[in-house]
Amino acid sequence: MSGNIDLTAAPRAEKMIQFDGVVKRFGEATVLRGLDFHVKPGEHVTLIGPSGSGKTTILRLLMTLERVDQGTIQVGGDYLSHMNRGGKLVPADEKHLRQVRNRIGMVFQQFNLFPNMNVLRNITEAPIRVLGLARDEAEQRARDLLAMVGLADKADAHPSQLSGGQQQRVAIARALAMRPEVLLLDEVTSALDPELVAGVLNVLREVAANTDITLLCVTHEMGFARDVSDRVLMFDKGQIVEDAPPEKLFTDPAEQRTREFLRAVIDRD
Amino acid sequence: MDLWNWPFAWQILPGLLHGLLITFEATVLGSALAYVLGLVFALVRRARVPVLSQAVWLFVEFIRSTPLLVQLYFLYFVFPALFGITLGSLTTGVIGLGVHYATYTSEVYRAGIDAVPRGQWEAATALNLPRGRTWTSVILPQAIPRVLPALGNYMISMLKETPLLLSIGVLDLVGQAQAAGAAAYRYVEPFTLAGLFFLVLSYPASVLVRRLERRVRQH
Repeated sequence: MSGNIDLTAAPRAEKMIQFDGVVKRFGEATVLRGLDFHVKPGEHVTLIGPSGSGKTTILRLLMTLERVDQGTIQVGGDYLSHMNRGGKLVPADEKHLRQVRNRIGMVFQQFNLFPNMNVLRNITEAPIRVLGLARDEAEQRARDLLAMVGLADKADAHPSQLSGGQQQRVAIARALAMRPEVLLLDEVTSALDPELVAGVLNVLREVAANTDITLLCVTHEMGFARDVSDRVLMFDKGQIVEDAPPEKLFTDPAEQRTREFLRAVIDRD
Repeated sequence: MDLWNWPFAWQILPGLLHGLLITFEATVLGSALAYVLGLVFALVRRARVPVLSQAVWLFVEFIRSTPLLVQLYFLYFVFPALFGITLGSLTTGVIGLGVHYATYTSEVYRAGIDAVPRGQWEAATALNLPRGRTWTSVILPQAIPRVLPALGNYMISMLKETPLLLSIGVLDLVGQAQAAGAAAYRYVEPFTLAGLFFLVLSYPASVLVRRLERRVRQH
């Protein structure tokens, strides 16, 4: 894998991501109940916790795949869920969403590559259509990223010809091609066969080490979380139970709930 | 009198072939209209534009629950009286067939669009692709190939319904056969040939559709 690919982003703000009193309900169920937290630029934060604790919802809210019911979210100092109109906060319109969304990328559990496009076009489509890159520039960027994820020879392949691990690495390249300031990783190895997990995690370790992208990741891979995270947030029932550096949280958790969860996860493995 | 008269069959052949051409034309143009308009109906209904989407829904339901023949009469006899628009009978027929079948094809498109996984929309959103580009690059290229067999089947159905255009004076294959038969008081040759011609058009078409189905199922 090649080293110094420029994935620069980020005019620095104090807080890259900020949640203030965020409430999210799905019908009767309240998934997030007044959530406050923030992530600094370039920080790598892992969200852990039992399923249904709201971790994925946080990523989906950031990606604007869901709307908040109450509270506000800011990304790089810009409101994501809302916009400022004449000193008043009103719900964001599509144009505003499109602006803020450009700063965020996401990799999904199910890869979600476009099956009707080859690998190269999966990666170049958005840089060309959204960022307005010239085709050769977008293709060069895509080939560099494919080299980085170890798939330089798969540019012309179709997603259906790739293994799950390869598809997920393409999906990572696709997200990075937009040069996001924030990258959201939603259980990116959960759908993979065990022997394919390591390849994907290695790529992500490389991204974490060689870029200043802010990473927010939901995972059950505790070893990976320990390696790449600056902070780990333990969630339960839509609230943060514990917020600590990985070496602290994984070895000497302060909360009973965290201990129980870690024991359950480690027993399963 | 022989049951089958070859010289008579040869004699009526040019007229029948001309009718066949009309039938073919009505089917191809009618299908083209149905494919385009059906997609428009499906997209407008899905867009949930207030009033417009409901209006399209109402129109589609109305067309689907009334007979094509009534619609053809309406277009041909009532429209000119109401709006002062007079169209040729073949044009009227193409519009009638096209609009009628568009209400079916719109359902086909809808099913195809619904079958595209939600993750595809979400990936497009995550990449910030504009709405229109998401439709043209991501959703429709996945939705349409899946429904090609169903669309093809509607073209075959339409082919077999073109004789209805006779009611508004289109001299299609059946119209020609009827005219030839009435002129000579011999109906065996005209209608046998007409039937054969339909078979020649629709059988290869249905083989093609079946092949398409097999290909779609493999993907």
